[in-house]
Amino acid sequence: MMLGLRKDKKDEDAGGVNPFLALEKTAVLQETRIFNETPLNTRKCIHVLAKIIYMINQGEQMGPTEAREAFFATTRLFQSKDVTLRRMVHLVIKELPTAPDDAIIATSSLTKDMTGKEDGYRATAIRSLCKITDLTMLTAIERYLKQALVDRNPAVSSAALVSTLHLGKDNGPAEMVKRWTNEINEALNSDNVMVQYHALGLMYSVKKHDRLAVSKLLAKYTKGGVRSPYATCLLIRIACKVIEENEQENHPSLIDFLESCLRHKSEIVIYEAARALCNLPNLSGKDIAPAISVLQLFLSSPKPTLRFAAVKTLNKVASNHPSSVTMCNLDLEHLISDTNRSIATLAITTLLKTGNESSIDRLMKQIQSFMSEIPDEFKIVVVRAIQGLCLKFPNKHDVMMNLLSTMLRDEGGYQYKEAIVNTIIAVIEANPSSQDTGLYHLCEFIEDCEHGVLATKILHLLGREGPKTPTPAKFIRYIYNRVILENSTVRAAAVTSLAKFGAVCPNLRPSVLVLLRRCLHDTHDEVRDRATFYLNVLESGDTALVNQYILDTLQSSIVGLQSLLVHYIDNPAAEPFNLNQVPITTAPAEVTPSSKTDELITESRKPAVPTKTRQEESAERLAQIPEFARLGPLFKSSPKPIELSESETEYYVRCDVHTFPQHLVLQFEVTNTLDDQQLENVSVEVAGENYTVLGYLPCPKLVYNTPGTCYTLLQLPKDPSLVPATFACNLKFLVKDCDPNSGEADAVGYEDEYVLEDLDIGLNILIQRVFKTNFAASWDEQGDENQAEETYSLYTVKSLNGAVDQLVNFFGMQPCERSDRVPDDKTAHTLLLAGQYKDGVECLIKTRIVFDGVVNMKICARSADPALNELLVSSI
Amino acid sequence: MFADLTSIKALIILDNNGERVLSKYYDDHFPTLKDKQDFEANLFKKTYQTDFEIIACQGLTVCYKSSVDILFYVVGSSEENELILVNTLTTFFDTVSIILRKNVEKKAVFDKMDYIILAADEFIEGGVLMENESENITSRVYPKPEQDIPLSEQTMTQVLQNAREGFKWTLLR
Repeated sequence: MMLGLRKDKKDEDAGGVNPFLALEKTAVLQETRIFNETPLNTRKCIHVLAKIIYMINQGEQMGPTEAREAFFATTRLFQSKDVTLRRMVHLVIKELPTAPDDAIIATSSLTKDMTGKEDGYRATAIRSLCKITDLTMLTAIERYLKQALVDRNPAVSSAALVSTLHLGKDNGPAEMVKRWTNEINEALNSDNVMVQYHALGLMYSVKKHDRLAVSKLLAKYTKGGVRSPYATCLLIRIACKVIEENEQENHPSLIDFLESCLRHKSEIVIYEAARALCNLPNLSGKDIAPAISVLQLFLSSPKPTLRFAAVKTLNKVASNHPSSVTMCNLDLEHLISDTNRSIATLAITTLLKTGNESSIDRLMKQIQSFMSEIPDEFKIVVVRAIQGLCLKFPNKHDVMMNLLSTMLRDEGGYQYKEAIVNTIIAVIEANPSSQDTGLYHLCEFIEDCEHGVLATKILHLLGREGPKTPTPAKFIRYIYNRVILENSTVRAAAVTSLAKFGAVCPNLRPSVLVLLRRCLHDTHDEVRDRATFYLNVLESGDTALVNQYILDTLQSSIVGLQSLLVHYIDNPAAEPFNLNQVPITTAPAEVTPSSKTDELITESRKPAVPTKTRQEESAERLAQIPEFARLGPLFKSSPKPIELSESETEYYVRCDVHTFPQHLVLQFEVTNTLDDQQLENVSVEVAGENYTVLGYLPCPKLVYNTPGTCYTLLQLPKDPSLVPATFACNLKFLVKDCDPNSGEADAVGYEDEYVLEDLDIGLNILIQRVFKTNFAASWDEQGDENQAEETYSLYTVKSLNGAVDQLVNFFGMQPCERSDRVPDDKTAHTLLLAGQYKDGVECLIKTRIVFDGVVNMKICARSADPALNELLVSSI
Repeated sequence: MFADLTSIKALIILDNNGERVLSKYYDDHFPTLKDKQDFEANLFKKTYQTDFEIIACQGLTVCYKSSVDILFYVVGSSEENELILVNTLTTFFDTVSIILRKNVEKKAVFDKMDYIILAADEFIEGGVLMENESENITSRVYPKPEQDIPLSEQTMTQVLQNAREGFKWTLLR
């Protein structure tokens, strides 16, 4: 076992023995002067060259002149016959950033070296030459390179094969390499294992688009004749590629080959085959059983890498075939105590995936002891896995909630705690029966929480969910404790939370008022201001005020509000600022941290920057376009682009709909998927009843595979009932043929058009989503007199869920109080929707849906505008 | 998954302060020098004074091995066969070990930096494993053992080691 690094070594060798420490670029380049001396000091020259490489390696930037000087100095060393020096020269030439024009100087020397008699540096000469060469030079050395492919010296042959492979990544040389099949074939039969491996790789890269040739290659070599384990691995990967690309066909011979590889003598091959079988689509649990048993054996290997590899693969399989992995559960449980924590964490998360309801209790106990020993980043992975499990087995939430609360109390950094809190919140939202315990655990947590951000987040959640629980009173104590003990940010959040309890629960209101009065003497103005404000609103006893200012918080888009305020200050108007003009913030796309336990494997941290919503982005972009500047503030953008053609077609078009007070802007994102065409002056012509097209803003030029944007401006009909419409869309453009390789287009083109799918526009473009915390209060506030209702039957929808989804989508309004989630096996449901109409009027819809083979529903709409109510209920 | 020869993303040697001794990146996974340095710092933080042999770091799989005051890393994609990576690491470590006559530590690495640079180049070209036998690599880049230190200046272990090495070299010829 290797011991840890010895730190004390550092002091010993600090006495300047390291000639590479603190190299000065200019000094090293000065040293290249010795390359001119006669006789040459070979040893010294090698050393200087090593310094140059070391410097490049350390990330030192060399300017073009410096690189050039170093390059020319180095080429002088070709006069020496010393093998090591010559190899070093080849290496420096390869590493230096040399301009192709200069590189030509070295070509003849390198060509001589590669064809010469000295085997010691022929291979390096080939590799350097291929690195610095370009297409024109390549034709000059083509003959030698082709010969080198089948050289009897394996190093030379390998160098030629691999260099050819790298060269073949460009289009030009690839054509040349295709003519060398005979030589590559000969190399494939070489006795040397590495040469065979490299030849196989090159052969596949040349033939990979030729299905017949690839299957021939496989047929020949899967029967035997491949000696190196690496080459066998490559063969396995090629076989998998073929199976994946032709999913519908059966490949019995290839599957047989994979299974036979499970009995190979090399572990590398066995693992590669087992992994390949596990990752193949369309294989049943029975098909992969042999592979799983092999992996199971690896789990108890003394080699950490073998265990790591096996558990990682099993972890992946467990997502698709949890039952197949169950047989490894015992071995996996042993791995929980593995010293390599990556392995232990993978084992735990695999167990969490395969676990069934009965094993959860035991598993949770094991995790508890395990958690104290691993670093935070692994703990987070485990917490996420537990979240997945909670959602899978809602009945077991109490065991897992207990564990989560213990983990909350344990030591841990902010990200770990945040992950736990998020998990608890997610569980509460998914499973109402866990709400009480969950909230209680969170209350306990904020009693002793060092992270203000989390405390505020939890207080906010308490304010939202707490009043609706059967016993809201018990939360008050925890919240008020925060007012006494915490810093001002948390205190302010606690005050808001308290006010919400007072707003929703009339019987608690007197006590809340008492508590709020105590906050009036707080040392911080924010806390005092909030307390005074809430106190006055609550004391007024006006339900409308309470609803509007305590329960429903400001829903305007902050960015939009800011830009409108700036505009208002710059252009003072007689009338006061109208808050209704401000675009409403769209709901941030809900990021569901689904059971992403594989993050350990594919972790890539994205910075948590508050991003602008989609609408705010489009508002900014549209405001940049002078043609659209006078349209007024953007009211709503469609939540996601509508596809007007499929992505495989010649032209892929997606449309975004932007609603302005009097206008409609259709934004088309067009992608040209033909590499031999260049489109110019691209626009989308639309035609629909009741709409007038005011103008087109074409996209001047559209090259292959780069999306471009064009716009169409429409006048909205005055009568809102005429808004729903279907538009026929036509893509119009000027085509110019172009060369797929260079991208150069012909001078003249011709007009053409392309018919797109129809674009449907519904009422939802006129209504923006609005959150209502207390729907019932807002509903009552509007009163019976502002109501319109209508009854419908839907024959096309076959379930309650389907009906709910369609309604939400149709009206484009916000479902409130989670009424968009229909509990299973219910036959009736009430959907609550809230929104804001284009002119700023709030509208509410209550829909009672009954399902008995057909969907029957009664839609009630309430708002201050009777015409709007009629419009809403009659629109379906 | 990919089916080509490039399996290694980087070959890195760090010292006991996390400073780069040698590092070769074979693709553009880390585009800038800063990305590379951050990755190395992260790697060092996770591997220093541990002997897990293999870890996952920033979405990549890394095999590593330490010796006295120096750390060797082989980096591959998380999709790569882990056993290939660890084999690569072992081969490279053995190669360095032969060049340094089993005395694998920072000072020795710097003393023989030229040969180690050559060996690394001989070993992997553009992410493709060129050779799998450490003896084959050393015989190409390190033509013959250097002149021996006078016997009187060697310690007992060194004498033994030299004898063993000498034996190995005769076998190789």
